[in-house]
Amino acid sequence: MKAKSFFSRAAAAPHIVWSVMFIVAPLLFVLYYALTDPNGAFTLSNIAALPEYGGTFFLSISLSLIATIICILIGYPMAYFISRAKPSRQPLLLMAALVPMWINLLIRTFSMMAILDDGGLINTLLGTNLHIVGTKGAVIFGMVYDFLPYMILPIYTVMSKMDKRVLEAASDLGCNHFEVLLRVVLPLTRSGIVSGVTMVFVPSISTFYISQKLGGGTFELLGDTIERQFANPDTYNVGAAISLVMMVLILLSMAIMNKFADEDAEGGMLP
Amino acid sequence: MNKIIELRGVSKSFDGETVLDNITLEIKDKEFVTLLGPSGCGKTTTLRLIGGFETADEGQIFFDGQEISDLPPYKRNVNTVFQKYALFPHLNVFENIAFGLRLAKVPNDEVTERVKEMLALVSLKGFEKKNVNLLSGGQQQRVAIARALINKPRVLLLDEPLGALDLKLRKDMQAELKKIQQATGITFIYVTHDQEEALSMSDTVVVMQNGKIQQIGTPTDIYNEPQNAFVADFIGESNILDGVMLSDRRVHFAGHVFECVDGGFSKNEPVDVVVRPEDVDVVLPENGMLRCTVTSVTFKGVHWEIIVDIDGFKWMIQTTDYVAPQAEIGLYIEPDAIHIMKKSEFSGQFGDYSTFSAEMDELSNPDIDETEEAAGSDES
Ligand SMILES: Nc1ncnc2c1ncn2[C@@H]1O[C@H](COP(=O)(O)OP(=O)(O)OP(=O)(O)O)[C@@H](O)[C@H]1O
Ligand SMILES: [Mg+2]
Repeated sequence: MKAKSFFSRAAAAPHIVWSVMFIVAPLLFVLYYALTDPNGAFTLSNIAALPEYGGTFFLSISLSLIATIICILIGYPMAYFISRAKPSRQPLLLMAALVPMWINLLIRTFSMMAILDDGGLINTLLGTNLHIVGTKGAVIFGMVYDFLPYMILPIYTVMSKMDKRVLEAASDLGCNHFEVLLRVVLPLTRSGIVSGVTMVFVPSISTFYISQKLGGGTFELLGDTIERQFANPDTYNVGAAISLVMMVLILLSMAIMNKFADEDAEGGMLP
Repeated sequence: MNKIIELRGVSKSFDGETVLDNITLEIKDKEFVTLLGPSGCGKTTTLRLIGGFETADEGQIFFDGQEISDLPPYKRNVNTVFQKYALFPHLNVFENIAFGLRLAKVPNDEVTERVKEMLALVSLKGFEKKNVNLLSGGQQQRVAIARALINKPRVLLLDEPLGALDLKLRKDMQAELKKIQQATGITFIYVTHDQEEALSMSDTVVVMQNGKIQQIGTPTDIYNEPQNAFVADFIGESNILDGVMLSDRRVHFAGHVFECVDGGFSKNEPVDVVVRPEDVDVVLPENGMLRCTVTSVTFKGVHWEIIVDIDGFKWMIQTTDYVAPQAEIGLYIEPDAIHIMKKSEFSGQFGDYSTFSAEMDELSNPDIDETEEAAGSDES
């Protein structure tokens, strides 16, 4: 028994060390900075200054929500299509959908600029003079493009584990294809959607690169604000306060989302 | 009675492997038909073709005279009880059973009433709110039956619906299903690999092997007049011997000429001879038609099962009188206990008990179903 407990403790060590060094400690730092002034004295003024950034919060949340919804609308049918394909073809189809994940985010965003820019590929090809970069639409597009694979993967995972006979049973009892989707597939893949939403929404709300490049600097999202605050030692503490609130918001929304997931969430990627 | 389902020359193969080979089958309205055969013989595939989950490579399927070969499942007036229940895991017992009615937009109070009726029918009163994932196999199966029956289909397809139940519940449910079938007048197409179940429940039994129909007939026909060695061996126990038909009603086998009741073979035609273990009388050696030595004796409750050796061929015999191992006994066989079959592709493969032992019996037990996993895994 002793040996076993030694081993189980040894096995837990990397997790504990990692958590303390890279999760707990940074969180405490954020908390510390959020509640102190540049001289290290306790203050609530950083928190009090937050309403100033209300507009940014609102814009970030709206754009991320829209991007997340678009990801569901595109990603869900894609995942469904892949999961219904011939088993031998599924890995290839899935890979094709996930390939963007393997390419560096910066490069992807940069190449998107080249495509969407005023003198970029789209305008050249169409011979138009569309002004895309610098609009909110471009930022949403960037988020969708960058994070869509994170929506497809968890939904596909749940769908591929779904018992096909249950779908046959639905069809046997009178469901046409659409009703099968609505009455059986959708409820059974809720946990995948919840995971996907979290995995798209969280990086979307904290992104700064996409908004800087595709937003063309015309507006700021939370990520940009935080980055700007941290770049300046004097506003370090405000940046920490914004991070803290954002984190609380994310945790809250995750908790709410998890309520929607099945208790026995299968493909759930969340704790 | 008119025919409600007809399969005409239906063939189906998966990945180049023929699973159903030119199946032609007529099923009469209000009939209880059983597809019987060993694992992998194509029973489920036949049902899935009728249900609309597979399409035939060749041949046609008719429902009430109308061709339905290309109709999707939801447009067929047929419901299925699946081999592995396939209940909706996100719905409770009530909503699982109500599923078909909800789709048909049946008013709420009628739904409640009919589900209640169904629950009573399958002895699941008070289970409305239960989570289907937490039910026992037998309870899930009964929900699956109720869920299909509630739609009052013309034809109900049942794929080994009692496979997961223990013997007692199985017997009860067999009687229950038979009663339901008679009361509702729904045509049942029932799949099983349990021959006893098939014989006791069906109006008509369809014996399948290697994707082909081996015999169609009433349970007594199938048992008393098997068409080939496969059917004789699969349905009940049989001693199957090589014989030669000397003339009508005279057959030679086991080194002896016997009187029998069959005729219509050509002179000296080689045939397969079936003698059921329970039809052989054990007598004193000097009174027997055949003499033999007992090699093993097993107590089976109602009777003793003995294996005897006649010129190297092992017979199984069931007798109510105890016989000691190594004893010399005589065998007496009445003419009508001898059934003659034409030679077939199965000749020589079945009906010799020389490798027989209790252990072998376990191993070849059809309840141990090893192909099922293989069949299920390629769908994921
Ligand atoms: N979708 C499929 N793809 C490939 N092969 C299949 C498929 N469905 C069935 N088969 C094969 O067809 C054969 C017959 O299968 P089927 O399920 O009809 O047998 P069964 O008589 O119902 O057997 P069991 O008693 O084990 O249920 C098997 O060899 C099986 O592996
Ligand atoms: Mg089967």
